[in-house]
Amino acid sequence: MEDAARILQLIVNGAAAGCIYGLIALGFVLIYKATEMVNFAQGDVMMLGGFVAFSLIATFHLPYWVGGLLAILITAAFGYALDAFVLRRVIGQPQFAVVMLTLGLGFIFRAVAGITWGYDSVAFNTPFTNKTVNVGGLVLGEDNLSIIVGTVLLCAVLYLFFSKTRVGVAMQAASQNQLAAYYMGIPVRTIFSLIWAISAGVACLAGILLSPVSMIDVNMGFLGIKAFAAAVIGGFGSIPGSLIGGVIVGIVEQFAGYKLPAGFQEVTSNAVLLLMLFVRPQGLFAERMGKRV
Amino acid sequence: MRYLFRTHYQQDITLFRHNGDRFWYGLLVLLVLVAPAILGEFYIGELGAVFIFAIAGVGLMLLVGYTGLISLGHAAFLGIGAYVNAVLLAKGVPFLVTLPLAGLSTALCGAAIGRPTLRMSGLYLAIATLAFGSIVGTVFQKWTAVTGGFDGFAVPTPTIFGYPIEGATGIYYVSLLVLVFVLWVSANLLRSPTGRAMVAIRDSEVSAQSMGIHLARYKTLVFAVSAGMTGLAGGLFAHYVRYLAPDAFDVLLSVQFVTIVFVGGLGSLRGAILGAMFVRLLPQLIAIVRDDLPFGIGRLPGLEPSLFGLVLVFVILFQPGGLNGMWLKMKQWFRAFPFKRQTSFRRQKSYARSERLR
Amino acid sequence: MILFQAQDISVRFGGIRAVDSVSFDVRQGEVFSIIGPNGAGKTTIFNLISRIYTPTSGKLIFEDKEITTTPAWQIAGLGIARTFQNIELFPNATLLQNLLIGRHCHSRVGVISELVFLPSVRKAELRHREKVEDVIAFLGLQRYRDSLIANLPYGVRKVVELGRALCIEPKLLLLDEPSSGLNVDETEGMGFWIEDIKKDLGITIIMVEHDMSLVNQVSDRVMALNYGKVLAMGTPHEVQTHPEVIKAYLGGEVAA
Repeated sequence: MEDAARILQLIVNGAAAGCIYGLIALGFVLIYKATEMVNFAQGDVMMLGGFVAFSLIATFHLPYWVGGLLAILITAAFGYALDAFVLRRVIGQPQFAVVMLTLGLGFIFRAVAGITWGYDSVAFNTPFTNKTVNVGGLVLGEDNLSIIVGTVLLCAVLYLFFSKTRVGVAMQAASQNQLAAYYMGIPVRTIFSLIWAISAGVACLAGILLSPVSMIDVNMGFLGIKAFAAAVIGGFGSIPGSLIGGVIVGIVEQFAGYKLPAGFQEVTSNAVLLLMLFVRPQGLFAERMGKRV
Repeated sequence: MRYLFRTHYQQDITLFRHNGDRFWYGLLVLLVLVAPAILGEFYIGELGAVFIFAIAGVGLMLLVGYTGLISLGHAAFLGIGAYVNAVLLAKGVPFLVTLPLAGLSTALCGAAIGRPTLRMSGLYLAIATLAFGSIVGTVFQKWTAVTGGFDGFAVPTPTIFGYPIEGATGIYYVSLLVLVFVLWVSANLLRSPTGRAMVAIRDSEVSAQSMGIHLARYKTLVFAVSAGMTGLAGGLFAHYVRYLAPDAFDVLLSVQFVTIVFVGGLGSLRGAILGAMFVRLLPQLIAIVRDDLPFGIGRLPGLEPSLFGLVLVFVILFQPGGLNGMWLKMKQWFRAFPFKRQTSFRRQKSYARSERLR
Repeated sequence: MILFQAQDISVRFGGIRAVDSVSFDVRQGEVFSIIGPNGAGKTTIFNLISRIYTPTSGKLIFEDKEITTTPAWQIAGLGIARTFQNIELFPNATLLQNLLIGRHCHSRVGVISELVFLPSVRKAELRHREKVEDVIAFLGLQRYRDSLIANLPYGVRKVVELGRALCIEPKLLLLDEPSSGLNVDETEGMGFWIEDIKKDLGITIIMVEHDMSLVNQVSDRVMALNYGKVLAMGTPHEVQTHPEVIKAYLGGEVAA
């Protein structure tokens, strides 16, 4: 009985961590599907979003839900501006130019965050901090559960957005065939900036959900590297894929920490990533694509 | 304005195109050789580090700039070279053997990581090498029996035929020698069929295959050569720092290497050296002007990485040719003076080219 | 003498039969054209012969040796060269370098010799350069020798594409829509070159083409495809007056 409880605990913790990885991976995938750019600074956007939420909630004393929503909107606007003013200029350059650009941006974000908010960890009060819930005799932290529930809700919202609203459908079109979308009168560049906005908003949400579990600090963005494993498992192609990938990585990590000797946990996500790339590079869900010559 | 009148195909194969080039490069070599007599120990030490980073830069340039394969894990190869060199030296193996061995063993590791990543395109390769670099970094930390882990590893002083290589000057000359060797080897490779195969792989894999280029073989080869050169740089790096710590070879160092290649200018050997100069000398420059900056900017923590990021962003947005591109533009400006036109240096508008389908 | 044979080849992409039981043979020294509406599977056949795709059934036989499963990179060494419909040159290299890459399959030097640039490597480089200069002279590309491909106009790039294939010194040359994007004069020039390649260089040519005047000008035999199946095969005149072919291009009966 105790073992089962332990395992369930690991699964919940893993799923919660995995949801965060999945949310960051979701940000990657949204942008990649549309523009083939990968935002290596996605984790750092999450960090900035978390800090903005901290300022709004802890410094300006806005209520949690209001502050959180505002932080998401601000971060989304930031993502839009980032695309409109910076990323749009590198269209046409090879892919690793964009990789380097976003890496450079990551440096700048970290430095700006350090200057504005300092290099210590901060936290703000959430309705879920230090609260637990009793599920069938098992005590689970509400913070972890909030992550899982929040992620599921977000996915439902995004699914409805992309499939039912006009903007969402336009986004799908623009990401599949830019030229055809232009011909259909879809303002492709605006749409791409909107996708960046959504991606940034999702990252901010991840930061907010994560804050009760692990505090917000300047180096939080390095979680982004683990999110790559999630995105790769998901095949870099789909929303549910990224999340499932994230949850898999999260749970495997927890079990690795439990079963393997100390210090191996950190290698887990990288090992899973490499394994996936060698065995089935297209991920669990994506299709292979080839070029017509 | 010099016009190159060619009468023999040899002139297109030689390393230096005309006597003017030979003169200036000769002068440069002379200056570099006598520098230790003119500059102080500190500057010589820094130049030695520039040479070491340039060696790694050339290795990475062959991979990224010429073959189009991106690696975000090259710090791992630097570390492997450093540790192999240091550990073997500690066991009494002579330096003239340990350094080439460091290069060779790293080359084998490069081939080993190159093989499974063959079918991966840009993005996936970047992620895979990132993961690889992380794992190797962890191995350095955990394999304490060999590397000493976080206790560090003291690097013994190398000796060549009984003469100890001590101090900044010794490292300076050895690194210079290795750099010249690596440059010569790279230039040879680039003017041979293999060099052209590398460019073909970068520009169009399908077409390269139809020309008879065996993708798997060449990609693995370039990975091996690139890793080997970085391994040599690693061996020298061990002597530069004299005390190896496993967390020195992290993802931030890999990013520094890729920055060398990028800021230097993709697709040129000169770019690797210019990029190395930039990456190594920028922190020194900041340290010098730090106190003079207005508004107390100089006292801000995180100034260095933010400037790093800013320069990277600036180069990619406005000068994608990098430092090499700027150098060529300057030369062209002087050559065409006073006939420079406004549109001489304007970039062509280009459209997104899908990398999913290469 | 039959140089190349396709026996009953088919390839499927998912549920689509891009090429459906196509058989044809090509005699040495002839120009064999493949025509058909867009999407008929013509370029797919070329991709099968260059081994970019693998046929799901059937055999490909070149010089009496089966090449159905040969790896793509060995095809050039066997003597089969191709051009691409959408020009797959190497844009960041000069014209000379592009043509020299075409010589790659004839390169016999090892990597170690290259690293130190032994005299044998130097001699081989000069020899390759001479061969490439022959092709440049043949196609009249001297003026563009040192230009980057990215700076060349489309018409010139088409010719360079042809030149690069010729540098392989092939026995069989696959030309994929050589006249697409060219005006009338350029197309006529292309026709003369194809004739020269056939007569002076003795190379067998398989050509995918839409321009019927070019097909009539140079072809010995023609095959018409539609929806991956062979409609007709024979001399240019026979195929173009074949009722099935007319129906495929124009749809339905045509008033005489």
